[in-house]
Amino acid sequence: MTNLRGTLGALFLFITYFLSANTITVCASCEVKTIKKGILIASDFDTLLIKEGTYKEFNILVNKPLTLLGENFPVIDGEEQGEIIRIASDNVTIDGLFIINVGTSYTSDYAAIRVVKSENFLIQNVVLEKLFFGIYLEKSNNGKVYHNKIIGDAVDEYNSGNGIQLWYSKNVEVDRNIVQGVRDGIYLEFSDNITINNNQSTDNLRYGLHFMFSNDDVYTNNTFENNGAGVAVMFSKRIKMHNNVFRKNWGTAAFGMLLKEINDAEISDNTFEENTIGINIEGSNRIVYKNNSFIKNGWAVKVLGACYTNTFTNNNFLHNSFDISYNSKMNDNVFDQNYWSDYTGYDLDKNGIGDVPYRPVKLFSYIVNRTPETIVLLRSLFMDIIDFSEKVSPVFTPDNLLDANPLMKRMK
Amino acid sequence: MLKILKYSFYDLMRSRWSYVYFLFYLALGFVLLFLNNDVSKAVITLMNVIIVLVPLIGTIFGVMYYYNSKEFTELLLAQPIKRSSIFLGQYFGVAGSLTLSLVLGLGIPFVLYGLLKSDAIFDFTLLLVTGAFLTMIFTGLAFNIALSNENKIKGFGYAVLVWLFLAVVYDGLFLMSLIIFEEYPLDGFSLAATMFNPIDLSRTLILLKLDISALLGYTGAVFKQFFGTNSGLIISILMLSLWTVLPIWRLTFMAKRKDF
Repeated sequence: MTNLRGTLGALFLFITYFLSANTITVCASCEVKTIKKGILIASDFDTLLIKEGTYKEFNILVNKPLTLLGENFPVIDGEEQGEIIRIASDNVTIDGLFIINVGTSYTSDYAAIRVVKSENFLIQNVVLEKLFFGIYLEKSNNGKVYHNKIIGDAVDEYNSGNGIQLWYSKNVEVDRNIVQGVRDGIYLEFSDNITINNNQSTDNLRYGLHFMFSNDDVYTNNTFENNGAGVAVMFSKRIKMHNNVFRKNWGTAAFGMLLKEINDAEISDNTFEENTIGINIEGSNRIVYKNNSFIKNGWAVKVLGACYTNTFTNNNFLHNSFDISYNSKMNDNVFDQNYWSDYTGYDLDKNGIGDVPYRPVKLFSYIVNRTPETIVLLRSLFMDIIDFSEKVSPVFTPDNLLDANPLMKRMK
Repeated sequence: MLKILKYSFYDLMRSRWSYVYFLFYLALGFVLLFLNNDVSKAVITLMNVIIVLVPLIGTIFGVMYYYNSKEFTELLLAQPIKRSSIFLGQYFGVAGSLTLSLVLGLGIPFVLYGLLKSDAIFDFTLLLVTGAFLTMIFTGLAFNIALSNENKIKGFGYAVLVWLFLAVVYDGLFLMSLIIFEEYPLDGFSLAATMFNPIDLSRTLILLKLDISALLGYTGAVFKQFFGTNSGLIISILMLSLWTVLPIWRLTFMAKRKDF
């Protein structure tokens, strides 16, 4: 019944939209020369067709349900004066604009497009350059940020902003965006039920994706590459991450993904390639890791403590310097049926599962955790020898930390 | 001296050991590149081989050569030739031919696989330079040991022991001291300890040049600050040179006084 009412409501909206909506054209030689003027004279549900050209405007307030549609990417140049577009009304669509020169401030977060306490917004096909903050959603729900391109030129963390920032926003879809060269590519705080799909967040100063206190979010098919510190996921519950690629987050303090206080998450089918640390886990419980590939990382998985009941199954661990690193003797996590490229056992009964368990924690990684300075002995013959002896008869590493059923062939 | 150097060199060529050594590195280089086709990755694998095998081969070869050519040496001693030139000539003959085998054996496959166009050329050059230094150092040590021990078994024993100490035991002691004194700031100590072992020094030098150095964390950063700069590199090369010069100096010193 509610569904029917909803449909009817939408239909009604649709009809009224078509009955009442006008198109106001904005261009240099038109009657309406500025976007601000266009918004002023427009009535609800009108469309502002912004023609090609450069509009030197900032602090544009969209306070009624309008569609701002750009033709051939008109340039809105903020001349570094401050915020450029602020949406303070429900049902606003912004499409096809090219926004440059957002002002930089140390006291307020100027954004290219800021959505404040609004619903049902749609921001798509927007290109942002020379920005401070890009798209900033503030207490705004049920919207969509689709197919935008954000190219920053951030140099220092302290005077740069985030590409797409969600703050106290719910049910937002962030899809097919390209974010690069800003501080944090995509930043979420207190935002629940967000879906983040098919985005590319690369070459950002700090994190490709950064989120805190945001529950029930879904991330799929995103690529996070070459970010200063990778991806940080903190203090959140019931997160799902599938089919993402974390690559080349390489540096002394970089992670593919940093998990801190994350509970009940699902992490599957992701690829972690060439990161200093593939996943850094701290205080995270009941997480299911399945079908992930860890390729050529320094540490594939670094477990720092207070991590219980996590399960790792059917993952590929390929050519990492250290597969798993642990800093305690206690283990409550399960490793089962993973493929380990370092596994040297055999499979006599040919069932695809090795007959000898694999111990993923090397003695060296245990020692390094205890005394970090010992890392200078990396790749020395002595370390190889004691690693071998530990492998044969474990003394220091947790007894039950093993994969009893290591796969003989790599998971596809 | 040059004449004796030439004799030793040709002697080794004739005995085919240089060729075997050369072919071994050639095969190693080709197989490595064939298997992973990435020059910079192959440099890492090669490093593991170089820091273990090169010193071992240098040691064994040096001792073997000295004992083998003892009669020739005694014959030369009867001639009016300076003692230092006899021993130095032999030493440089052995060390030179080993270095040449190493450099050519590894150089040829890498050049053929497009090293000159790759950015790994500096790392690779460093690898070869440290390899050459290690050969010189360990051949020198081997000559010293052989000169001081008439007994072949003893000589071989000591030579292998020296290799074992520098390649394995030293790191063990290093590790123990790091763990025992973990409460103290150990950066300076680990830097010094690395400096005093040519194998560790070579390993660290190469590791820091490769991007794997990010794994080294804080300690790595301290190391990088030292080795990464030009002065650090120069100090390391000086240290390696010192390691080369000291055995040679002792060799001439001992050779002058030894009663044959």
